[in-house]
Amino acid sequence: MIEVVNLCKSFGDNEVLKNITTTIKKGEKVVVIGPSGSGKSTFLRCLNCMEDPTSGSIIFGGENIADPKVNINIHRQKMGMVFQHFNLFNNKTVIENIMMAPVYVGIKNLRKQKKNPDYTGPATKKEVKQQAYDKAIELLKRIGLEDKADAYPSSLSGGQKQRVAIVRSLAMDPDVILFDEPTSALDPEMVGEVLELMKDLADQGMTMVVVTHEMGFAREVGTRIMFMDEGRFVEEGTPEVFFSNPQSERAVEFLSKVL
Amino acid sequence: MNSFMFKVEKFLDIFIDKGGYKEVLIGLQNTMIIAVAGLLIGIVIGTLIATVRVMPKYKRVVRVLDKFCSFYVALFRGTPMVVQLLVFYYVMLPLIGIKMSSVLVAITVFGLNSGAYISEIMRGGILSVDPGQMEGGRSVGLSYGTTMMKIVIPQAVKNILPTMGNEFITLIKETSIVSFVGAKDLYLAFQSIGSGTYEYMVPYLVMAIIYIVIVCLIALLIKVMERRLRKSDRGR
Ligand SMILES: Nc1ncnc2c1ncn2[C@@H]1O[C@H](COP(=O)(O)OP(=O)(O)O)[C@@H](O)[C@H]1O
Ligand SMILES: [Mg+2]
Repeated sequence: MIEVVNLCKSFGDNEVLKNITTTIKKGEKVVVIGPSGSGKSTFLRCLNCMEDPTSGSIIFGGENIADPKVNINIHRQKMGMVFQHFNLFNNKTVIENIMMAPVYVGIKNLRKQKKNPDYTGPATKKEVKQQAYDKAIELLKRIGLEDKADAYPSSLSGGQKQRVAIVRSLAMDPDVILFDEPTSALDPEMVGEVLELMKDLADQGMTMVVVTHEMGFAREVGTRIMFMDEGRFVEEGTPEVFFSNPQSERAVEFLSKVL
Repeated sequence: MNSFMFKVEKFLDIFIDKGGYKEVLIGLQNTMIIAVAGLLIGIVIGTLIATVRVMPKYKRVVRVLDKFCSFYVALFRGTPMVVQLLVFYYVMLPLIGIKMSSVLVAITVFGLNSGAYISEIMRGGILSVDPGQMEGGRSVGLSYGTTMMKIVIPQAVKNILPTMGNEFITLIKETSIVSFVGAKDLYLAFQSIGSGTYEYMVPYLVMAIIYIVIVCLIALLIKVMERRLRKSDRGR
């Protein structure tokens, strides 16, 4: 699904990611853990080129998306991202937030339709919008927030915002979703509802890469734990093996602090 | 006091009976046209420049455009508007060989000038929007341009509305210089009323009051708009 080859990332002189190579397979739930400042967010943000890798390649959808010539927007539609601070569009209602990308992409595809005889999608702008609307309502029903469709993000609780952000990324039917500490900015009583939705997604077979400090979630949902320290993955394994028998000194030290 | 009443009478005679109000109305109209059209052109130019200036500078084209934009801004903010007006009218136009009405000249110069100021206001507004908004848009596959136009700039505009209002008020006040190139504005109208009687006290007093009233009305309008926008912010 995603193949990372010799990925390096520096900010100025600060070498943050040091030659990372790994493969994320379809259906995997990879949980990335490690001390703060070790480069977890940077790694995740390089996967969808939110940060441009300094060198190395990210193979996704048959292309090296780290190549600046590749149209990254098309690939990002298939690689959702969920942020610590939600990043919902403040000037748009909940349903507009979810519909935005599908409508834009749908209308763009519609324009290209003439060139493509095999096109089977909606035939008019109105149809594009209707389909996006129906899908958005369905997604909102799934998280029990259909009554908030016309509300602005500022009137939602943190947990509600994050759940809307998750379904916003689902609206494009992504093949994989990246989560960067999705529960770190939430009040404790709201962490559960977000993790619940993420578990749901996992059960339905979504490929996920999750940076989190929720060790319970990592143990229960993760299929592979990757432990990052100083820009390298020092250790990786199944949750059973990693949590019960960590090999590296750094991992032992980290686990003793967070467990 | 008697002499003041006498002056008022003299003014009213010219203003109403001799049709001086018509000139004032034309002046008022020109003043507003120049300020409003200048503001609109300024918003377009300012938004374009601001967008270029906050763009990531990976590409050479962007860096060159950015240099040009900062030169433009420095040029128009670094010289008095009267000078810009005079140079445009008496130097640029004859050199290019184009004839333009003085009102059109004023609109052009006001647009170019406010474009420079508005670009700085707009840039500040864009930078005040949480970078997460851009990331949110890019993460779902929207392009930089789409996210900028549909998500970031609308929020930036909300933040800078009061400052934009001030810019509009500044433009209205600045229109009093367009008579330098012969455009008939509010000032020229009252000046000509005054010169008809060699009596300037009352005409200029009335002119000042008209300016104050316009400015107060606009300030009020901006307050109302702001309050509306803030309401939509709170959701429902
Ligand atoms: N945009 C940036 N500019 C400069 N330095 C950055 C930037 N983002 C991250 N860093 C640096 O990269 C290092 C790793 O950061 P990050 O990936 O956020 O770690 P983590 O998510 O594991 O806490 C830190 O030293 C941080 O200061
Ligand atoms: Mg982080």
